[in-house]
Amino acid sequence: MHNFEYHRPSSLDEVAKLLSDSEEAKIVAGGMTLIPTMKQRLAAPSAVIDLGGISELKGVSEDGGNVVVGAMTTHGEVAGDSTVQSKIPALAEAAKHIGDAQVRNRGTIGGSIANNDPAADYPAVLVGLGASVKTNKREIAADDFFVDMFETALEDDEIVVSVSFPVPEKAGYAKFENPASRYAIVGVMVSQGPQGTRVAVTGAGPCAFRVKEMEQALDGNFSADALDGISVPADDLNSDIHASAEYRAHLVGVMAKRAVRAAS
Amino acid sequence: MPDTGIGASTRRKEDQRFLTGKGRYTDDLNRPGQTYAVFVRSPHAHAGLKNVDTSAAESAEGVVAVFTGKDMEDDGVGSLPCGWTVVDKEGNPHKGPPHFPLARYKVRYVGDHVAVVIAETLEQARDAAELVEVDYDEQPANVEPAKAMDAPQLHDDAPNNLCYDWELGDGGAVDEAISKAHHVAKLDLVNNRLIPNAIEPRAAIGEYDEGTDSYTIYSTSQNPHLLRLILCAFVLNLPEHKVRVIAPDVGGGFGSKIYAYAEETVCTWASKRINRPVKWTAERAESFLADAHGRDHVTHVELAMDEDGNFTALKVQTTANMGAYLSNFATCIPTYLYATLLAGQYKTPVIYANVKAVFTNTAPVDAYRGAGRPEATFLLERVVEVAAREMDMDPAELRRRNFIPPDAFPYDTPVALTYDTGNYEAALDEALKMIDYQNFSERKAESEKRGKLRGIGFSAYIEACGIAPSAVVGALGAGVGLWESAQVRFNATGSVSVFTGSHSHGQGHETTFAQLVSETLGVPYESINIVHGDTGSIPMGMGTYGSRSLAVGGSAIQKACDKVIDKGKKIAAHMLEASVDDIEFDKGAFRVAGTDKEKSIAEVAFAAYVPHDYPEGVEPGLDETAFYDPANFTYPAGVHICEVEIDPDTGEVEIADWVAVDDFGRVINPMIVEGQVHGGIAQGVGQALLEHGIYDPESGQLITGSYMDYTMPRADDLPSFKVGMTETLCTHNPLGVKGCGEAGAIAAPPAVINAITDALGVMHMDMPATREKIWRAAQQNRQPQAAE
Amino acid sequence: MPTVSMTVNGKQVSGEVEGRTLLSDFLRENLNLTGTHIGCDTSQCGACVVHVNGDSIKSCTLLALQAEGAEVLTIEGLANGTNLHPMQQAFKEHHGLQCGFCTPGMVMSAIDLLKHNPDPSEDEIRDWLQGNMCRCTGYHNIVKAIQAAAQDMRS
Repeated sequence: MHNFEYHRPSSLDEVAKLLSDSEEAKIVAGGMTLIPTMKQRLAAPSAVIDLGGISELKGVSEDGGNVVVGAMTTHGEVAGDSTVQSKIPALAEAAKHIGDAQVRNRGTIGGSIANNDPAADYPAVLVGLGASVKTNKREIAADDFFVDMFETALEDDEIVVSVSFPVPEKAGYAKFENPASRYAIVGVMVSQGPQGTRVAVTGAGPCAFRVKEMEQALDGNFSADALDGISVPADDLNSDIHASAEYRAHLVGVMAKRAVRAAS
Repeated sequence: MPDTGIGASTRRKEDQRFLTGKGRYTDDLNRPGQTYAVFVRSPHAHAGLKNVDTSAAESAEGVVAVFTGKDMEDDGVGSLPCGWTVVDKEGNPHKGPPHFPLARYKVRYVGDHVAVVIAETLEQARDAAELVEVDYDEQPANVEPAKAMDAPQLHDDAPNNLCYDWELGDGGAVDEAISKAHHVAKLDLVNNRLIPNAIEPRAAIGEYDEGTDSYTIYSTSQNPHLLRLILCAFVLNLPEHKVRVIAPDVGGGFGSKIYAYAEETVCTWASKRINRPVKWTAERAESFLADAHGRDHVTHVELAMDEDGNFTALKVQTTANMGAYLSNFATCIPTYLYATLLAGQYKTPVIYANVKAVFTNTAPVDAYRGAGRPEATFLLERVVEVAAREMDMDPAELRRRNFIPPDAFPYDTPVALTYDTGNYEAALDEALKMIDYQNFSERKAESEKRGKLRGIGFSAYIEACGIAPSAVVGALGAGVGLWESAQVRFNATGSVSVFTGSHSHGQGHETTFAQLVSETLGVPYESINIVHGDTGSIPMGMGTYGSRSLAVGGSAIQKACDKVIDKGKKIAAHMLEASVDDIEFDKGAFRVAGTDKEKSIAEVAFAAYVPHDYPEGVEPGLDETAFYDPANFTYPAGVHICEVEIDPDTGEVEIADWVAVDDFGRVINPMIVEGQVHGGIAQGVGQALLEHGIYDPESGQLITGSYMDYTMPRADDLPSFKVGMTETLCTHNPLGVKGCGEAGAIAAPPAVINAITDALGVMHMDMPATREKIWRAAQQNRQPQAAE
Repeated sequence: MPTVSMTVNGKQVSGEVEGRTLLSDFLRENLNLTGTHIGCDTSQCGACVVHVNGDSIKSCTLLALQAEGAEVLTIEGLANGTNLHPMQQAFKEHHGLQCGFCTPGMVMSAIDLLKHNPDPSEDEIRDWLQGNMCRCTGYHNIVKAIQAAAQDMRS
């Protein structure tokens, strides 16, 4: 790892100031991606700004009909939170299978979505539940937040504050893991509720995406059978040593059905 | 049964320190004045080294020195040797091109060593390593063994990239038997490349002492004396008595820590150049690139049968990948540890094997848990399975029909080995019972109701362990003897220190050997200490690999104990005023036969060190050394059965059941032996389902260069295993033991693939049987109903 | 260089570190607590698992400075003199270790599991251990040891 200056601010204003002071600064939330990347010398920020000291970014609350998860809430905390478990069990279930136990104890929702790894779970979870992302500047719908591989709508000095999830009537998540990294080869979140019927996929393509044809089919008949015969084209999907595009396309269908069956 | 003697599952002595964080592994050690080495590695698979500019790195903060291949060449440093000469079909020795610790003029695989940067701190060395500027002349590369003979040449002295073209057996007789056969089962298969991945990465500290002009090397070695011998005699040209190698606790090896590598060589050499200790610890990424890999064969096999399914001949043609250079024992793995095992448990009368070993632009390939024997077992047990299906015979019964019967031992195979003992049918019967074979079809039907495909797979394996009779391996080309040493030293107060040339890297020698000594000498288990891993304190020894530690190292300990008892009798006879011939030894006491007059061995030991009243002509002290050279290999064998359930929708495979029945001869500590079986199976399942070292065929880059891409077996990939034992005692070592460390890794791969292909109704699937491969096969079988 | 302070195994410690110093380096190099091992560089093998403020984490993926003021527990802090923690005792009793290199992380991870789930099934144990690689045991006896420790710690 290249050396850097370490900062641990206690407010968002301080974070914004530190970011504007240094072009090469990077924010570290849980650090589950950034630190390994820096260890491999693939990232070499001049300064690292640790959000760990900002207590307002942590925790789960309810706001109207929404469940609001602070950006620095860990995957383990989301999985174990009683509000999440009772209001959106699919969110708890998805969080429970991110990475491994130690990653879940450090990795955060804010860090995960800001990184937008194409194989991460949260992008599909947010899009599939019709969530919105609150930053220090504005509110961004999940549909608009995830732009492309490792690319989000966040501006350089913009910081994720929280994620707001509308409570669905039904939702389910199913994941087919990469056998080595345990990231998603295909992860599918399905839901029905105030944000309509949604089917969102991660891992399969360069960025999380919705499958409109499946959403329409589930709209009138929220059952696995409704998805029979619906396939996604393999053309734009990822292909690697663990899964070809064709296999991923097939798995989108299988995981969508599993997610529907798991939905509650 | 005593809880510390032979046959007891004694809890391990070493666990207290490992469980409390007090183990001492090489990277835990630091030496005064220590510096840190970081290697600059080739990013190209094949390139000329036009220029290596170290000037910027040399002037970077904290840098002590930067060395290249040129510096080592100027200093007269030699090549890392291959210690086994294989003689080809024409009677010529194999091609052994030089393998320099730091590359000279050319690099030949991604990860090849170009330069070393030595600095005050590790991070400074890493920072400076980025400043070494290398001008590469890129050349086309090849990573595939099947294409090697037509690929760009790696070494000037190895035309067609051929290391050797070797054969074993009577080719004419085999061809004739095949031409007359009722049926010939044929198979083309690949034995996938594996990357060993002991969880402790390799590490080394080289330390030169100017005052005594001597070196100490701390290393993660499975065989410290062998490392010393290779470095001194072949590479660095140092006097052996001026070099001490210490291998402290070693965190797994599986073969990969047998060899003398570039890194410890460079650390040792550089420590004199800079007159300070030099430490290197592999990052995992380096372990992937530059630890010796395993397997990587392409094979065609034919098995001939008569109309009753009796095997009449076996013919094997293999191309084996050596990698870019020959690792220390690379040449013998696909020959004498492979083709000699092709009889398996069967009485096949004639066998012929032809092996071409080739160079490619990949990391060197050498022994990895099983080493040659898993390759032999995989092809044999796969082709037997194919034969059973093509002949429409029960796979268990086809095997039984062809087993070497228990009354046929000693049995000379047509591929140069003499099996001393065994009872293969007993293991098969026990395994069939344990897995409830007769009700398999009901379980299959039940799986089908749930939309799942169930299959069962057999593997009847044999291995040649207890490596090895020196005269035999010498005749076959080995450059070393493969005996083992032991020294059993009574201390004056009655405790015992045992010095062994074997070196545990997880096998629990401190426990098993102490049980053996406790039982033999009648000394409390707690009063016995096993010393290993330090050339400064143990007699010359050959180390731990090839499931040899108990069969060879334990036998040496037994012999040394016998010498202690013999000498003790003389001392006791004097103390008891009796004739030596009348002294008996039992359970720690020397007794005058037929009387109750006795002296404990502790009393005798004390007398030996305080010889005030002592027999004439007997030397003081009770401290005996023995060397043991085995008369033959040992032949552990057994039957593993695997049952799988497949989800045809995704290709997910679950191991529904696993039964292992092994014959390891006498078992000293069943708990440890079962643990070895579990671990071996896990590595075999890893090979069959998950693991694959993949190089990009165009660029030669290692695609599976981290745990993000190389699939290590994890807890949720594996089931619990059912382990059973049968026992026929080895006939030629004093303990009757055979060795157990590699069995699981040898047995498991064909059991898994036989089960998967059985479930899918296909003849073959190459390893690893990934979910996508299985899904595709399942889809093809479901073509008629492909509508869903 | 910045200074970091924390409590490790009940003792207040502090030391000078760089920004890039990992907690694992601080434990191993500054405090000579070499029971915490490094087996990979991609945060997967789990040989480096320690507890920070009661949670198991990978100490190779946490900056030492991020642990400022934290309560850190390593493998060296588990036993009471020569009396092993029930998890350590169970690993010994059930032969849940061979070479011992993954063992510290495995034990620390397993203890955290039982905090979350005092009576885990075999599948739950195997699932939890995704972040801890062992190359020696095939996990069979590790699973047995954790089951036994769970039973022991419940009673």
